[in-house]
Amino acid sequence: MTRQLRARGHPAWWAFLVHRLSGIALALFLPVHFWALGTALGGEAALDAFLAWTDRPLVKFAEWGLVVLLAAHLAGGLRLLALEFLPWRDWQKGLLALAAGATLAVGLAVALAL
Amino acid sequence: MSARGEARLWLAQRASGAVLALCVVVHLAVIVYAVRGGLSAAEILGRTRGSVGWLAFYSVFVLAAAVHAPIGLRAILAEWLGWRGRGATMAVHLLALALALLGLRAAWAVFGAP
Repeated sequence: MTRQLRARGHPAWWAFLVHRLSGIALALFLPVHFWALGTALGGEAALDAFLAWTDRPLVKFAEWGLVVLLAAHLAGGLRLLALEFLPWRDWQKGLLALAAGATLAVGLAVALAL
Repeated sequence: MSARGEARLWLAQRASGAVLALCVVVHLAVIVYAVRGGLSAAEILGRTRGSVGWLAFYSVFVLAAAVHAPIGLRAILAEWLGWRGRGATMAVHLLALALALLGLRAAWAVFGAP
């Protein structure tokens, strides 16, 4: 139990949790995203009807959140690929901070564009 | 699943992840570009329809995601819910198929349909 708690205090455990939870959220979002884009098969008006529904603050915030989760999953995934496939070097300990920074940067860029 | 099967899934997850990393970087840039000034069906479809290059890009993106998400969910179902074995494998195969079909349909709706 103490060992488990100590493991959970480690930044790498939080990186694991963020990667997993963002992955779950993205997997759940994908079918909805695909369905929404598929409405374009019904013509411009059908897609516009859906886009009108998305034009509200809560949906915009959720969209922004999903983009941030995507950026976090990307950054965390690149970190994992570097850890698993590159020879171990001390600088790889800094990858976590780099991943967090990249996520933050994407979050800001999208927030400014929205 | 056999050890060989698990190893194959492990590799497929890394390979699809590497493809997705490239796709997501492009996709994030597209998002920032596309959302500026709001979204309208005429603007989006006017830009996207008939672009064979983007249809090919997003088809690859969809197929890589259809490989990646189910393998990730399979691990989570096993580790967090204790659901393993034949039933779980069947379920994630179905999910992969559904994601691929829905995703290709969405890519066609946005980039392919005239």
